[in-house]
Amino acid sequence: MSSLWSLIRRDLLLAYRRRGEVGNALIFFGLVVLLFPIGIGASETLLAQIAPGLIWIAALLATLMSLDSLFKEDYQDGTLEQWTLSPHSLVAFVWARLISHWLITALPLVAVAPVLALTLNLPADAIGVLLLSLLLGTPVLMFVGAIGVALTTGLQKSSLLLPLLVLPFYIPVLIFGASAVEVSASGWSAAGQLYILAGLFVLGLTLAPFAVASALKVSVSQ
Amino acid sequence: MNIIAKWYYRLGAPNWFYPLTGKMLPWIAVIFLALLIPGLYMGLFTAPADYQQGDSFRIMYVHVPAAWMSMFIYFAMAVAAVVALVWRVRMAEIMIISSAPIGASFALIALITGSLWGKPMWGAWWVWDARLTSELILLFIYLGIFALYNAIENKQTAGRAMSILTLVGVVNLPIIHYSVVWWNTLHQAATVSKFDTPSIHIDMLIPLLLMAAAFQFLYLWILLLKMRANLLEQDLHCGWVKKIIWDRRKAHNGGN
Repeated sequence: MSSLWSLIRRDLLLAYRRRGEVGNALIFFGLVVLLFPIGIGASETLLAQIAPGLIWIAALLATLMSLDSLFKEDYQDGTLEQWTLSPHSLVAFVWARLISHWLITALPLVAVAPVLALTLNLPADAIGVLLLSLLLGTPVLMFVGAIGVALTTGLQKSSLLLPLLVLPFYIPVLIFGASAVEVSASGWSAAGQLYILAGLFVLGLTLAPFAVASALKVSVSQ
Repeated sequence: MNIIAKWYYRLGAPNWFYPLTGKMLPWIAVIFLALLIPGLYMGLFTAPADYQQGDSFRIMYVHVPAAWMSMFIYFAMAVAAVVALVWRVRMAEIMIISSAPIGASFALIALITGSLWGKPMWGAWWVWDARLTSELILLFIYLGIFALYNAIENKQTAGRAMSILTLVGVVNLPIIHYSVVWWNTLHQAATVSKFDTPSIHIDMLIPLLLMAAAFQFLYLWILLLKMRANLLEQDLHCGWVKKIIWDRRKAHNGGN
């Protein structure tokens, strides 16, 4: 447990020393949201109608983009190899890394989402559900996406491969996340969708690190 | 040693597998044709026309077995992935990578025939129906597995990475399928009508079952052909491949 904590602290400290990179996912998130009104037209009713799905898709893509660097540095400088050789659990390492990565990249994303939602005319009543759905959904995106990252970490040219592997598995989260916001924007209770998201959250949190760890072992061995 | 274990080890050894499957292949092809020809004939000619859909329902005899196969093959791949990861059986990895393009092809056939069927029935080439959407997602998962295997140079690593991805997929597929079904019932506007598990007449059912069995043998046939080709390619410098080439050359020269 203490090693888990020290790993998280190390990652947070490193991120704090390189503050510039942290903002990149956030800027990407804002830019994707900006593209839609420009592409579709700035009609207020139309935007309000598509806002839940739009914000969710933008958040999903931003999370995916931020994942690319998840294990890259540790793979290149050999930390990962040392870790698999050491008696410490690789699953714990993965867990710590994912938690710190979520804190660094996804949490700011969740915090900014309400502001972007307001620019898209999402009803203010739905903001709470948007926050909650993103809080439950983005960790699932991270944990599932990490499996794809672990499988492609050792590859030279993997830029397009990662979305190809991971996006199909993002569909359930997108369906329930966007639907939760949509339902609450039309004034109904989103409890059902949020419960399912919570279920996916628990499932991803408990199962995915094992898949990530075994995928990392494969990537390191090559 | 009991007989199952014996067969298991023989099938796991390329130098046994290759000649054995070589003898099996013509028989499998014969069984496939023996099932396909009556299946197609009964499906296209003797089965009665549907009272609602007329003759256009007959595409079902390709569409439904192809859709079944696309799911069956994924399941078979997942079983092989467990075998490959737990017992480190190389043949299981070759089976997965040989199956992935076949499964993707069946999924594509199911999508294309589904869209051809949808045009007269729904009035549109594509409807975001739950089953079509999950079939499309399945196709993308197949393509992802295939892309991952091809991206990794070292084939031993590639096989294990692919097995892990296959297993991740099999855990996720039910979740994806049911969430898509749920999503579809929420956005009902597009679908015109859904045929809710219609009770099927026996004259229509028999050709369907024949076609489904024929497609199973078609899969087995293509699978063995592809596995043999993949084996030869990977083991190009191994003794057993050299021996096969040597024997062939000797037989060829002897014939002259």
